[in-house]
Amino acid sequence: MRLPDGPSVALPEELSYLREGDVVRVVPYAGEFNVLYRRASPHNSMLLTERCNSFCVMCSQPPKEANDGFLADVWLQAIPLMAPETRELGLSGGEPALLGDRFIELLRACKSHLPSTALHVLSNGRLFNYLSLAKQVANVACADLMIGIPLYSDLPAGHDFVVQARGAFEQTLRGIMNLKRCGVKVELRVVLHKETIDRLPRLARFISRNLAFVDHVALMGLELMGFARGNLEALWVDPADYQAQLRAAVEELVRGRLQVSIYNHPLCVLDRSLWAYARKSISDWKNEYLPSCVACTEREQCGGLFASATLRRSAHIAPIFRGASG
Amino acid sequence: MSGLKAAFRPRSHFNARSGNRYSLLPLRFLALDDSRYIVTNLVGEHLVLPRETVHALVRHELPMNSAAYAELKASHFVVDADSAVALDLLALKYRTKQAFLSQFTSLFMFVTTLRCEHSCRYCQVSRQSESKHEFDMTVETAKAAVDFMFKSPSPSLKVEFQGGESLLNFEIVKHIVARVEERNLQERRAVEFVIATNLAPLSEEHLRFCADHHILISTSLDGPESLHNFNRPKKGKDSYALAVDGIRRARAALGKDRVSALMTTTEASFERPKEIVDEYVAQGFDSIFLRSISPYGFAVKTGQASRYQMAAWLDFYKTALSHIIDLNLRGVPFREEFASLILRKILTPWPTGYVDLQSPAGIGISALVFNYDGAIYASDESRMLAEMGDQTFRLGTLGIDEFETVMTSDRLLQPLLDSMSEGVPMCSDCALQPYCGADPVHHHATQGNSVGFKPTSSYCQKTMGVVRHLIGLLEDDPAAAHVLRGWV
Repeated sequence: MRLPDGPSVALPEELSYLREGDVVRVVPYAGEFNVLYRRASPHNSMLLTERCNSFCVMCSQPPKEANDGFLADVWLQAIPLMAPETRELGLSGGEPALLGDRFIELLRACKSHLPSTALHVLSNGRLFNYLSLAKQVANVACADLMIGIPLYSDLPAGHDFVVQARGAFEQTLRGIMNLKRCGVKVELRVVLHKETIDRLPRLARFISRNLAFVDHVALMGLELMGFARGNLEALWVDPADYQAQLRAAVEELVRGRLQVSIYNHPLCVLDRSLWAYARKSISDWKNEYLPSCVACTEREQCGGLFASATLRRSAHIAPIFRGASG
Repeated sequence: MSGLKAAFRPRSHFNARSGNRYSLLPLRFLALDDSRYIVTNLVGEHLVLPRETVHALVRHELPMNSAAYAELKASHFVVDADSAVALDLLALKYRTKQAFLSQFTSLFMFVTTLRCEHSCRYCQVSRQSESKHEFDMTVETAKAAVDFMFKSPSPSLKVEFQGGESLLNFEIVKHIVARVEERNLQERRAVEFVIATNLAPLSEEHLRFCADHHILISTSLDGPESLHNFNRPKKGKDSYALAVDGIRRARAALGKDRVSALMTTTEASFERPKEIVDEYVAQGFDSIFLRSISPYGFAVKTGQASRYQMAAWLDFYKTALSHIIDLNLRGVPFREEFASLILRKILTPWPTGYVDLQSPAGIGISALVFNYDGAIYASDESRMLAEMGDQTFRLGTLGIDEFETVMTSDRLLQPLLDSMSEGVPMCSDCALQPYCGADPVHHHATQGNSVGFKPTSSYCQKTMGVVRHLIGLLEDDPAAAHVLRGWV
């Protein structure tokens, strides 16, 4: 590979997937080489910071108290190199909103260099408790921006416990209201595990009663990364065992005319009535199928499993044969 | 089973509140039966709780770690030191529920003629023989009516042609449609036309016109042939045959979803709830609106008589509803519209836009009637009352009174004030207030004042009867509850 104004770099075999238009970062003195962006991938995401003001019990990207302000600089350099045809780009953390003005600057850069790219921000929503920040985001006026915010309970203590921060429920709800008041699209994200599943139908009712104005609700299977690994025994529920709660929640949300998706579940563990809501949500670089999946007639429309599912997976994964009853 | 790693705090850490007291948010309760209460908050969320729980709740003695407390807190009946966001959410929900008020008047009924070839038993409008053209709306009146309608700020306008038999003055229908369409080239409102007709005079010309101008048809179907013809006498005794044939032809010309039917309950209907429902199913409708017996005409005698009839109507309603739920459980999807409206109020955060069940009432601010003779009425019932000699709700005259004058006159504002059930004696304490509304015209007609005395009000009797029945079904009959939840 040739760098724009310098020497050639020999890439190892495992990076042979790199193509024209991909964006990489080379730090010669540190010997670092990072792939920042792949033009052909629909799953590009920018990690804006590893710092976070929450400490979620199942966090797949555990926060670090590091001074990582350089990350924003890296992305500000990378954004102009990305293809304007990029369909979707994620902005994640840590908590991106902790960057404050730099976060707004990043959104502005996306708007000017990637005007037709859908931007999806993963945030805990708490800092949008400040109306001024929500207004700043709205004022950037990105053509297609959605902020995905987790909500884990209809009761303050339940949510605060999952994110390990007292007062988070209140801040998150005010954040959601502030963003919507400013006309910013909001998606609610609920990760399903032992500490969220029992009240899931009540949470669904709370959403359809109080937050019917949100743009999308995603009900998400647990990814066994980060804290979810350490807390595996405390959090794991076989998805086959929570189908009743999931069905009740989806029914409630659909009746409330909300857009609902189920993420991160292979079809074979989902009740058939829920298939219409299942999306192939697992990023291309971390999804996989099992050997037994080869025989499955639904494989094409199934999102498969997280690569991390080697650690623990549903006992009910089995090939489906179309036309067979069940 | 192991817990979270040591870096994480247990759930109990977050359960520990900074105080051990709670405050009540605005709530009201009503006995559902001997052992249970219906508790509602001001945005219409409800819980059914044991009597002892409600007693403990209002005495501030309910344990804050109980399951009932969690339900009350999540539904915003109580607030504690944990979080005050419930207040903001309540404010948002209240604004949502009242959003219908920001629209202002959107339904306009044009009485094209009083002439009719039917002589229905329940008709409150003095029908005139088919040849008396002095009961037709004139072009001048129509012009003034259209001008008046466009004074409303509402972004959507619904023009409904009424009678008599509206099609007997088809020339004025055509004239009004043309005038509204022309005016709307500039106004750009969402305009919808509906012709209310018994379908007896329906011609191919009418249907072509309706197709060309996207006009909806609303007709009357009271039930099976013998009942329909008994309720709706007509020379030739062929009202039912003409209605059913008209429905078929109108669907063929306009599309199935462009034709709807309304039924009116009479004492003769009380005996035949299932047959009435079955008739609607047989005619291919997917819903029915079981309307109560009208308090006008012969029914306005004494409050007692009207309450007696309402009790009979409630029995009729419950039998019909149970039959409809059975149909659904047997795989025939079919809805009852009055229940659907109330369920939407109970189970969703949205307003319904149903003018007969709102506070303040829909008179004037949601709907207006332009009579054939230029009189402006606050509602269809106001016009019926006027035909019986009581002009209380006549708001003005087209061509003479301005929109601003009519809409701000004491004739309209006083009954509107009287209709705000949030502050009306007895309503203000009623747990069902969020699901109910007010009808000042009804109470004026039956009780002599527009506030009304609720213990003897048949309006109150009806709404409370239906709401209690529905909440009982939601609570105690899981199969029925599943069907009902699907209707919102």
